[in-house]
Amino acid sequence: MSAQMTLPIPHKQVRQTSRAQIGDRFFVLGGKVLLLCLLSVAVLMPLLAIFWRGFSSDAGQGGGLVAARELLTSANFHWLLGNSLKVSLSVAAIVVPLAYLFAYALQRTLIPGKAIWRGLSLLPLMAPSMLPGIALVYLFGNQGLLRGLLADNIYGFWGIVLGEVIYTFPHALMILLSALSLADARLFDAASSMGASPSRAFRSITWPATRQAVFAAFCLVFTLTITDFGVPVVVGGDYQVLALEAYKAVVGQQQFGRGALIGMVLLVPALLSFAVDAWLRRRHGDSMSGRAQVFQPAPSRLRDGCYLGIVLVICAALLLVFGMAVYSSLVKFWPYNLSLSLKHYQFGDTAGGGWLAYGNSVKMALCTALIGSGLIFTGAYLMEKTKGQRGLNLALRMLSFVPMAVPGLVLGLGYVFFFNLNGNPLHVLYGTMTLLVVCTIAHYLTTAQMTATTALRQLDAEFEAAALSLKAPLYRHYLRVTVPICLPALLDIVRYLFVSAMTTVSAAIFLYSPDTILAAVAVLNMDDAGNVGGAAAMSTLILFTSAGVSLLLAWASRGLLRRSQAWRQTAPGN
Amino acid sequence: MFKPLALAAAVLTAFSMNAFAAKTELTVYTALEAEQLKTYKQAFEAANPDVEIKWVRDSTGIITAKLLAEKARPQADAVWGLAASSLAILDQQGMLQSYAPKDLGKIGGNYRDAANPPAWVGMDVWAATICFNTVEAEKQGLSKPVSWQDLTKPEYKGKIVMPNPASSGTGFLDVSAWLQTFGEKQGWQYMDDLHQNIGQYVHSGSKPCKLAAAGEFPIGISFEYPAVQLKRQGAPLDIVLPKEGLGWEIEATAVIKGTPHEEAAKKLADFSASTAAMELYKENFAVLAQPGIAKPQTELPADYEQRLIKNDFAWASKNRDEILAEWRKRYDGKSEKVAAK
Repeated sequence: MSAQMTLPIPHKQVRQTSRAQIGDRFFVLGGKVLLLCLLSVAVLMPLLAIFWRGFSSDAGQGGGLVAARELLTSANFHWLLGNSLKVSLSVAAIVVPLAYLFAYALQRTLIPGKAIWRGLSLLPLMAPSMLPGIALVYLFGNQGLLRGLLADNIYGFWGIVLGEVIYTFPHALMILLSALSLADARLFDAASSMGASPSRAFRSITWPATRQAVFAAFCLVFTLTITDFGVPVVVGGDYQVLALEAYKAVVGQQQFGRGALIGMVLLVPALLSFAVDAWLRRRHGDSMSGRAQVFQPAPSRLRDGCYLGIVLVICAALLLVFGMAVYSSLVKFWPYNLSLSLKHYQFGDTAGGGWLAYGNSVKMALCTALIGSGLIFTGAYLMEKTKGQRGLNLALRMLSFVPMAVPGLVLGLGYVFFFNLNGNPLHVLYGTMTLLVVCTIAHYLTTAQMTATTALRQLDAEFEAAALSLKAPLYRHYLRVTVPICLPALLDIVRYLFVSAMTTVSAAIFLYSPDTILAAVAVLNMDDAGNVGGAAAMSTLILFTSAGVSLLLAWASRGLLRRSQAWRQTAPGN
Repeated sequence: MFKPLALAAAVLTAFSMNAFAAKTELTVYTALEAEQLKTYKQAFEAANPDVEIKWVRDSTGIITAKLLAEKARPQADAVWGLAASSLAILDQQGMLQSYAPKDLGKIGGNYRDAANPPAWVGMDVWAATICFNTVEAEKQGLSKPVSWQDLTKPEYKGKIVMPNPASSGTGFLDVSAWLQTFGEKQGWQYMDDLHQNIGQYVHSGSKPCKLAAAGEFPIGISFEYPAVQLKRQGAPLDIVLPKEGLGWEIEATAVIKGTPHEEAAKKLADFSASTAAMELYKENFAVLAQPGIAKPQTELPADYEQRLIKNDFAWASKNRDEILAEWRKRYDGKSEKVAAK
């Protein structure tokens, strides 16, 4: 006879549990629904607006099916498309091998001073894409310092190619660096014990492992180049490309339909490369097994000497270009009065926005970095670390991958069309700082989210289980445990968003109003008005601000790492 | 402890908000040169302390396109400093509020809209000018051009910069003047020949002169304001006024129909036509809408006003779209260049 004994549960305990549960549900479900709404408004609706605008035949807007057919069959369009393709393919063909050599030198050789070369290679990321163009004009333009080295003038195809090569170099480099960092020493040991030469080892081991990354880098550079108009505007001369045409159609002639059609055409390379990349990734499978040993390159004077030479040449070229831009901002009247002065930094009476633009940019960058990192990290946490709501999770995940496939130019166009619609209640946001912040966060969402997800995946699920068993609310566990552990990744995201917001121009060019003009837009306006010295000055300001904040955050994160992340160090002997 | 402080701060801001609310904010679209904006704004706000100007500035073509695109829901209250040919287009679309400013009697007859009351009233005139870099010309062995036809000489191949008429008012006044001076067929033939020598088309009217001043291209087709300013700053420029005559355009002011701030916009129109404003324009331009105030600029010849061609603005604004379409077909896209006759 076993009497069922039920212990009376204290009433207070029941209430506490359900309060924590309610809190959790609110946090998780409410958070996900909120994020879904935000993502739909910020990513999905603008894209739909582009398709709608492109195919609606509004008079004078240049849209509609008839206009689409006309556009796609016109000789002018074919010429523009041909130009864009030629430029993008050339840039990708030049940048990817260079970046591969640079990455190989940093990861697989023993050259000295790797931190310096790594830092220098990131320079083009810190300034808008117009800066290499401006520097090229001062270097190789008709009054350029090194004019003699060129047969024809810089304006045109080669100017655009050189400018884009400089601009896209760090992007390709980052992909290849992370690919080349995954090396299993056991494979190389096996190769050398079987008598394979270094080039054979490269062909059999390194190349197959990095093939997919090379393709990804190629696609990324191609997409970045075909949708950039910062460089063509400055140094393109009369060589016109599609991205410039979209800008002229919308800003210059207010023909939104035509702009939308060109935007849709520019979406194609990004979507294609995204799809092929995803397919290849699935085929490729895991790159590093858990039992892999870290690869240490064998010392070789000759190899190190060659690679050091290559790295030095590339870094020297980068320093030349950026040094020229800074120098030219200080020259009083190029080329007839080379005395140094700060005249170009006195933005007071010049066209384009001046100090207001710079202040706006800093404000926007701070808002984007802080709000964006908070939202993105919390979103990543909710998607990774909570159970249930499978459908919601899937929708969120898919939506957060969309911005990766949408170039900034197209996203900006989408925002113009969506937030400019007559019946749209959100129309009041058009031209405000809020919209600029939202657009920038949406634009750079995917990379930030992938960083957050990677960091969160390193944490065991035991943490959440422990919190649950201790009846601690999830949000408190998130704030008190998860965020401090993942602080390095969080700071990384903050830095990435800040620098991207300071230098972005392709989306912002359509969304600013005279009150909310941004520094990168001011650079474009000043160059358009002929004030190239002022444009160089503003670009230099952007460069130094981004670099300064990056260094500050890197220093802060190193201090934090040392103090709070000591547990991450692997035990000696591993 | 902070509560009373916060309350006090809130009350103070509320009061200061009230004070600001008394000021009317006027959205003014303009194509004026950016360097002129501050002076004009300060002078107007000094004379009218209850109005504050918010400028929206861009090249003529872009501002015109913007105004036309916003026709259903105008964002502008007034336009201060836009080409009269553009304002005539806006008038045809019924977007302008006719208003006779106080000093209308002093404005010259051909510097204002012919209707009564006028839809737009002129401020000053800007005319085509060639900026010729003497240092570069010597280095490259170029002779100084004296006429428009000279610019088609083969020695200038790739050495001329000109504004794109679709975006720049200066570019459009050039094209309109050539078509009127040389006749339509000869005019397009002239532009075909000139196109061979053009190194670049730029989007702003003053940029060609700035490029010429920097020696980037030795010859820039621009207008007289940047030419005079740059020469004063020490650029090695020669200001050339071609023999056949100078194309020109009137910079004018208008009130947008349906603006909620009609009173303030009318005050702006009054100020723009007043003698006080003419004194401001005098610093920048040699020919003003009110006769008798202009002072000759030392860098320009004394007979400057006589060199302006006889300009038919009605024809120019009526045919603007066709002219721009033809221009784009011929020169805006090198692939079509092959098809040029």
